[in-house]
Amino acid sequence: MNELVILSGKGGTGKTTVAAALAHLAAQEARLVLADADVDAANLELVVGAAVEARHEFYGGKEAIVDPSLCTACGRCAEVCRFGAIIPGETYAVDDVLCEGCAVCFYECPAEAIRMQEALDGYWLLSRSRYGPLVHGTLRAGRENSGKLVALVKEKARGLVEQTGADLLLVDGPPGIGCAVIASLSGAGLALAVTEPTVAGFHDLERIVGVARHFQVPMLVCLNKADLSPAQAAEVERYCAAEGIELLARIPYDPDVTRAMVLGRPITADGRGPAAEALRGLWAQLRPRWMR
Amino acid sequence: MHIVVASGKGGTGKTTVAIALAQSLAQDRETGVVLLLDADVEAPNVHLFLKPAFESTEEFAPVIPEVDLDRCTGCGRCGVVCQYHAILAFPAAGEGERPTVLVFPALCHSCGGCALACPEGAIYEVPRRTGVLEKGWAGALRFAHGVLDVGQAMASPLIGRLKEWAQEHSGVVIVDAPPGTACPVVHSMHGTDFVLLVTEPTPFGLHDLRLAVGVARELRLAVGVVINRDGIGDDGVERFCREEGLPILLRIPFDRRIAAGYAVGRPLLETLPEYAERFRALFAAIRTTGAAS
Repeated sequence: MNELVILSGKGGTGKTTVAAALAHLAAQEARLVLADADVDAANLELVVGAAVEARHEFYGGKEAIVDPSLCTACGRCAEVCRFGAIIPGETYAVDDVLCEGCAVCFYECPAEAIRMQEALDGYWLLSRSRYGPLVHGTLRAGRENSGKLVALVKEKARGLVEQTGADLLLVDGPPGIGCAVIASLSGAGLALAVTEPTVAGFHDLERIVGVARHFQVPMLVCLNKADLSPAQAAEVERYCAAEGIELLARIPYDPDVTRAMVLGRPITADGRGPAAEALRGLWAQLRPRWMR
Repeated sequence: MHIVVASGKGGTGKTTVAIALAQSLAQDRETGVVLLLDADVEAPNVHLFLKPAFESTEEFAPVIPEVDLDRCTGCGRCGVVCQYHAILAFPAAGEGERPTVLVFPALCHSCGGCALACPEGAIYEVPRRTGVLEKGWAGALRFAHGVLDVGQAMASPLIGRLKEWAQEHSGVVIVDAPPGTACPVVHSMHGTDFVLLVTEPTPFGLHDLRLAVGVARELRLAVGVVINRDGIGDDGVERFCREEGLPILLRIPFDRRIAAGYAVGRPLLETLPEYAERFRALFAAIRTTGAAS
């Protein structure tokens, strides 16, 4: 499957801006499925004209619930819980924010006063967009299991590719390097890191390159806001050259990017400015590597 | 007072604001020693700006199960109780053979359930490194951060350990949270007194601000907003704050000097020292807002 995942390490480098532009450009010559794997803060829907067609509940794990009528307040649950999720009292209770759903209290309670209940952690959504079907998710405020929801979003998106015979799968990934990133990278053929010429962007680029190598996914790089700091841009260029990583495009800072976002459109859809031009160049570079 | 700086969306300026707030207070003798914690353990960046001198380091190594195969009967009880599919055991295939046990460390939440449940007492727990914590000084500012090892999935336990360090500090604590709204953000916010949400006036900024406010409210924490790069987008954030009764405590206009300073790792107060007064005023406003709610 021709699956490209967009990552960055650091947040706010322009993943979604790049993803939306690539979706717009790729959709002109290929059949595309889109997935937003940033289930904490999914933004792709805002710039691809998404209309939700179906919403499904996502139960990622369980949480413990104490029945006060059976609780003898013996304290065994508090003793065995390693997450500090037990609230002592005349009868004990569970802090659902801290509960990891490990069920140790459920197994250890001598009064059998604790049960495990499926927890609604969020939703996964299927939308129609201007550039193809979009699979995305929303995690309920402060819930666990974002990695599992990412895996589910990807599984559904892959199913759609199979079902519709689409040519490409484009995944807009989450920031960071942890569980959600690992889940979004899992099984992908190609990754694109969007970085920026700042010390923070560079530091986190090195970390995301490390993750891609660890999971053996080839990674390409594009430099966003490339003219912000010539010194830092040179640093990224030297690093990519030394590591044998292809730097596919340099996208200059361009106020049109924000304007397009406010209009809810990819920058390439109407932009003639320097950022739109650079993104067309990125697509031209990426196309032969992605559409095999 | 413990203040967490969060945002929902990445790249809105959390780190810039957290550092400027901490440094503005560190210059103030009345506040006492300020501790700045970088809880974005997946992408920790504060140290790039502060270049702190670290004085102590701690390997972070949560426990995972290890099974004594001489005692294990392969009954499979561990696999039944584990909610994360992190351990599986099968009986020996034949006479003179040993049972098969599979442990998947990346899935393990270190809850200890398997060790408690094993009827043979065959499971004990061993530490496995997933990251490192460091603390030190950046001038008059106390600083600590956690760094998740590349290839590791679980950020929250490391953040939890970092927050334990903060409990030992008696003065003001400022936490730079990771982006998003999932468990690492919840762990960063939990137990603090005030959530300062840094956003930008764009549709992405607004969309994720809404989610971050949801998390803060779920935790019943007082909230204030900083609008960074004021003037670049639209007035959606402004209207949302008004409708929701969220106080906008500071506006930082878009200024290429700030962006250029950020690029090379220069803290805001070094680029524009006149902002120190505005950040001290921000702290005063946080105190008032926090006390009122």
